[in-house]
Amino acid sequence: MAAKTLTIDGKQLSAEEGATVLQAAAEAGVKIPTLCHLEGLHDIGACRLCLVEVAGGPKLLPACTTLITEGMEVTTASERLKNYRRLTLELLFAERNHVCAVCVANGHCELQTLAGQQGLDHVRYDYCFPPWEVDATHRLFGMDHDRCILCQRCVRVCWDIEGAGTKHVSGRGGKAKIISDLDDDWGDSETCTACGKCVQACPTGALYHRGSTVGEMVRDRSKLEFLVNAREKKLWSV
Amino acid sequence: MSQRIVIDPVTRIEGHAKISIFVDDFGQVSGAEFHVVEFRGFEKFCEGRPYSEMPGITSRICGICPVSHLLASAKAGDAIMAVRIPPAADKLRRLMNLGQIVQSHALSFFHLSAPDFLLGWEAPPATRNVFGLIQSNADLARAGIRLRQFGQEIIAVLGGRKIHPSWAVPGGVRSALSAAGRETIRAWLPEAHATARVALDLFKQVLTTHERETQLYGNFPSLFMGLVAADGGWEHHGGKLRFTDSSGSIIADQVDPQDYRTVIGESVQPSSYLKSPYYLPLGCPDGIYRVGPLARLNLCSHMGVPLADAELKHFKSLGHGAVTSSFLYHYARLIEILAALEFIERALDDADLAGTDLRADAGINSLHGVGASEAPRGTLFHDYTVDRNGLLQKVNLIVATGQNNLAMNRTVAQIARHFIAGTKITEPMLNRIEHGIRCYDPCLSCSTHAAGRMALHVRLLAPDGTLVHEVVRD
Ligand code: SF4
Ligand code: SF4
Ligand code: FES
Repeated sequence: MAAKTLTIDGKQLSAEEGATVLQAAAEAGVKIPTLCHLEGLHDIGACRLCLVEVAGGPKLLPACTTLITEGMEVTTASERLKNYRRLTLELLFAERNHVCAVCVANGHCELQTLAGQQGLDHVRYDYCFPPWEVDATHRLFGMDHDRCILCQRCVRVCWDIEGAGTKHVSGRGGKAKIISDLDDDWGDSETCTACGKCVQACPTGALYHRGSTVGEMVRDRSKLEFLVNAREKKLWSV
Repeated sequence: MSQRIVIDPVTRIEGHAKISIFVDDFGQVSGAEFHVVEFRGFEKFCEGRPYSEMPGITSRICGICPVSHLLASAKAGDAIMAVRIPPAADKLRRLMNLGQIVQSHALSFFHLSAPDFLLGWEAPPATRNVFGLIQSNADLARAGIRLRQFGQEIIAVLGGRKIHPSWAVPGGVRSALSAAGRETIRAWLPEAHATARVALDLFKQVLTTHERETQLYGNFPSLFMGLVAADGGWEHHGGKLRFTDSSGSIIADQVDPQDYRTVIGESVQPSSYLKSPYYLPLGCPDGIYRVGPLARLNLCSHMGVPLADAELKHFKSLGHGAVTSSFLYHYARLIEILAALEFIERALDDADLAGTDLRADAGINSLHGVGASEAPRGTLFHDYTVDRNGLLQKVNLIVATGQNNLAMNRTVAQIARHFIAGTKITEPMLNRIEHGIRCYDPCLSCSTHAAGRMALHVRLLAPDGTLVHEVVRD
């Protein structure tokens, strides 16, 4: 495949055609904040945290789904972008009910960590306090919609890696919600294999092992990466 | 830093302790009410949450005794799982509770109460506090501060450095006590013992010159309630409930905390949000009972450790039947510190403490569970009802300050009756009311202002409700 040359934050670099801006940046050692992106899953540009500026156009583009082009000039950390990132994070917090101090993911949460990195110390919007419930019907796992950021990592891992196809999104806007099968109780799902990949993939405290207490949900992403690697490199002959 | 963006579920109400004193047509004090504004939305807030989150959530109810809520909540969780937790976990939890008793009692005695009886009731409020104590009796003040540090050290060694540990969990605890941690605790013991000794001798001295206070600060018959061991000995975390009356006779014994509703009723005082529990068979207000150090020592037949047992004998000699003066809460607190130190010492030599099985695992085996533990201020109940998935349907918490509320009212009335000057609230009266309340060490933010002085708002009311006199002290 042909290589393309571009600049990211003034750094000249080349990357393979077909690579995303996010991949090219990573190779060049430029860190772009992400939330919905997870190594091994296809990207959907859901969270808008990875937005970057590309010279020649007014639009902000998600680095995870934008392919590189020849001569592209990318900016990843302008004041404007920082403002947007903060805003996006603030809206995520305001939209649902996050109480980090008592959350199973406290200290191991990607949303929380990002908020810290972006210097978010307060939220300028009114909290919505939506009345979400906890689905604790599954034998092994729980789902607390209060903490879901709709990144759909769980959906993608469930379809792409496990192939069970249990998780879906229902509803739109503020009512959008991760469901199991046809909005059944998770515990009644006929497709769920109880593999737990969604729990490992979730960036927040939304999905957790039942019985977890404050700060106990530490995810092990290496298992997912291992599976993807094994499949791509055909380590198993099935 | 991200802590700052959360909405804290509990808004602690800072401010003034509000007190109403009622006078009759002849200008005599007929009663008093200590209004406690407590945030009741908390119990509602928890509904729908998984029970396993409760130790973490409830230890945030209150910054004053998080450990007590943590332990009671974990115990309620044990009951829902219907497990008997591993011995090491139980002993570690007990160790943490002992640490909590030491630190909380040390704060109450040295920082908050001692300045009153060592510097004198008439000392100006600006110096009648721990800073004044440091000036007049630096060694004692420093020793008290160190004793409190020791208690906090135990909590930190077990639960980690965070202020609100979520270390105890349904089924057990999350981490063991390291060998290094054990030695850290052990190294503190000689100094802690010495401080407890000094404080005990000092307080016995105070008693000889404070007969009037002993007579007037909440001295009245009432029931007493708390946990006792199976053999009737002092208990702080396990055991069953016992009630005695003011003659010292046992009127209910070995009641399983799971069945507390058979002995405890709750009335809501219209004027405050605090629920006032009472001994059910006697009704309200006859069933008024006190909890906490004074109650625990009245209830138990022995402490179970030699030094504290010797003190208990002396303590019991101060009452006819039960010891009924709330001024002696202070003495009881010191004896409990001593007992805690002896039990901590004993625990450190217990081989079980090093066990590696720390957490039982089980599903939802009971839809209802009660956790009871002796908080420094008195028996704490966490009562949870869950659905079959472990989500909370109903939460009922009974805290020590609520249980002592009726007794605090009586104490205030008793003191007011003696120190009122005509229809005026005077400064000496205010100081004494403040101390009367302090005997109970109520868990209110207003009672633990940094400088150790209570912000008070006292009103004197005529029978028709008209305001006779009002004093606000910041
Ligand atoms: S999911 Fe993350 S951000 Fe939300 S409450 Fe939990 S720790 Fe905080
Ligand atoms: S449950 Fe977790 S992984 Fe799934 S959409 Fe919500 S935050 Fe993302
Ligand atoms: S990581 Fe690119 S949009 Fe979420």
